[in-house]
Amino acid sequence: MNQLDWDKNAVQAVIEGLKDIPGALLPILHGIQDRLGYIPPDSVPLIASALNLSRAEVHGVITFYHYFRETPPGKHTIHICRAESCQSMNSRGLEAHAKAKLGIDYHETTADGDFSLEPVYCLGNCACSPAMTIDGEVYGRVSPERFDEILNEVRAEA
Amino acid sequence: MSVTVYVPRDSSALSLGAEKVAKAIAQEAAKRGADIKLVRNGSRGLFWLEPMVEVATPAGRLAYGPVQPKDVTSLFDADFLKGGKHPLALGATDEIPYLKKQERLTNARVGITDPVSLDDYLAHEGYRGLKNALDMAPAEIVKAVTDSGLRGRGGAAFPTGIKWNTVLNAPGEQKYIVCNADEGDSGTFSDRMIMEGDPFVLVEGMTIAGLAVGATQGYIYLRVEYPHAHQNLNAAIQAAYAAGYLGKNICGSGKAFDLEVRLGAGAYVCGEETSLLESLEGKRGLVRFKPPLPAIKGLFGQPTIINNVISLASVPIILDKGGEYYRDFGMGRSRGTLPIQLAGNIKHPGLIEKAFGVTLRELLYDYGGGSATGRPIKAVQVGGPLGAFMPESQFDTPLDYEAFAALWAVLGHGGVVVFDDTVNMADMARYAMEFCAIESCGKCTPCRIGSTRGVEVMDRIIENQDRASNIQLLRDLSDTMLNGSLCALGGMTPYPVLSALNHFPEDFGADSKAKAA
Ligand SMILES: Cc1cc2nc3c(=O)[nH]c(=O)nc-3n(C[C@H](O)[C@H](O)[C@H](O)COP(=O)(O)O)c2cc1C
Ligand code: SF4
Ligand code: FES
Repeated sequence: MNQLDWDKNAVQAVIEGLKDIPGALLPILHGIQDRLGYIPPDSVPLIASALNLSRAEVHGVITFYHYFRETPPGKHTIHICRAESCQSMNSRGLEAHAKAKLGIDYHETTADGDFSLEPVYCLGNCACSPAMTIDGEVYGRVSPERFDEILNEVRAEA
Repeated sequence: MSVTVYVPRDSSALSLGAEKVAKAIAQEAAKRGADIKLVRNGSRGLFWLEPMVEVATPAGRLAYGPVQPKDVTSLFDADFLKGGKHPLALGATDEIPYLKKQERLTNARVGITDPVSLDDYLAHEGYRGLKNALDMAPAEIVKAVTDSGLRGRGGAAFPTGIKWNTVLNAPGEQKYIVCNADEGDSGTFSDRMIMEGDPFVLVEGMTIAGLAVGATQGYIYLRVEYPHAHQNLNAAIQAAYAAGYLGKNICGSGKAFDLEVRLGAGAYVCGEETSLLESLEGKRGLVRFKPPLPAIKGLFGQPTIINNVISLASVPIILDKGGEYYRDFGMGRSRGTLPIQLAGNIKHPGLIEKAFGVTLRELLYDYGGGSATGRPIKAVQVGGPLGAFMPESQFDTPLDYEAFAALWAVLGHGGVVVFDDTVNMADMARYAMEFCAIESCGKCTPCRIGSTRGVEVMDRIIENQDRASNIQLLRDLSDTMLNGSLCALGGMTPYPVLSALNHFPEDFGADSKAKAA
């Protein structure tokens, strides 16, 4: 019986499919996170042995990159842009509003498990600042009011 | 006959509701029995008018914008499919002054064609550069690029032809072409617009680079924040393979070039070329010591061309029309055109491709129309998070690498971020240090420790603790970072910090004596 709370077969399939390409580690980590939403720490030994790396090396790579996460995200992940162009259009106000509204800080998930909040440094949507994404969907010119509307839309879709 | 309607699928247009507009148009057309062909083009880059819908009429393409789903019924009522009058009508797209005054070489097709249609690409002068390159010797291709005067558009402005020549002459079993599509600089989006709006031009540019130096494998290292670019690049690559423009026998020439997209994972430093190579190899993105240059020992230790998206996407037109054609645009040692990105607090943000030489003031007021808030513009940051803040007194500077360098500023990737007079420049200096601390790869002390100390010093300055000596400390710290850092992340963070301090000392609570650089 599988005691894990993540799908070992899915992880194995990703590793098997990619382990022989040059520079396979990042594609494998992406593959796992795409499927599971995060990279379970218990999967590190599997990746390490497939690529002939030490666990420390794999762990070091996971933690180096902001995008990879080792804990499951909420149902929806919100990324708010903190970079300069968005700041010039009051992203700091948006960020404060979002944190207050959700009752969480960056890198946290709401108690009901619905939303995770992450910072991001530019989404390439600087002509429509301030910008954010929810589950990869990008939004521009996000005022605090618009933020609330979008949140309601996302909740309604679920 | 069916009427072609264009609704952009560019991320920024999507961020303003273009998907819903496209759906509404399709539904309304079906309801009314109107025969339309919906094309999802890239954006023309007039972002205050997005979502901008275009209709192909016998008199050319006409634009309407910004369109929201609620406007769609009235557009049909006004017979917009025949160019009918409507409050959102903008007239002929090409006549909109913001577009008309541009010189679009690299972005010639962006917003015009269906980005993932190879037929459309070919119908708009696509793959003509490659055709020429296939008849040329490698050294001739490199010479054309050298003659064009093209300098790297990713930041450092190194002459592209010289880099290619080094790789051409470097011995190696397997050479690589790597495209730097990390576009980490805030305030920039021209790489994204090319990859979403005309991915074939990048594929073609990389293929030509492969022929030029004898590299048979290419990688596009794309930031993970760009899912739409990822989709369109993969679609273009697939189509190019299917039609024999990629693979083992390009256009029947017997020459090979394979191409693949790899995703980054949200690390700014991985835009630095050696960190990027480490990342592609599957490691942490620690910056490498140079030499050896990537041109000699790059990806997997082999000779590697690494170029920015815009650099590579400018190659097809150079090979099509000749190095001289491209070189005839521009000024001084800045040749050709630059896709400038006008962003932040500006009324008319967008993509402006112009020959070098246009001034900041023209961009900010003639194109940009002043700030979005209607307040005075206080400062602009040019060249991303490592670029200097420039005050009004420098707005007459022409966009030229050397003119910017003379002011201790950088053009970088051509991003211009506008701030109105509500900005506090001490806050911006603090942010620059904070960003460096968050993104530092940690390999060298001046950057890793210096930036963290920098945030603390800025906090004390902002809180008015012992300002004069903390400002001196900030200058000393900046000096150490400038001179002691391995790469430009630590080495150039002092640009935004010191330019903010020097041009806006009042925001640091310093008197003008502190202005001495
Ligand atoms: C911290 C840092 C980040 C960088 N980010 C990018 C980037 O996102 N895109 C890019 O093309 N170049 C970036 N560069 C510049 C690259 O190191 C390199 O100069 C460039 O890829 C060379 O290509 P080019 O000659 O075509 O400009 C960065 C440099 C540094 C120091
Ligand atoms: S300057 Fe910073 S980012 Fe660059 S090598 Fe040193 S620690 Fe790494
Ligand atoms: S700075 Fe926020 S999207 Fe670019």
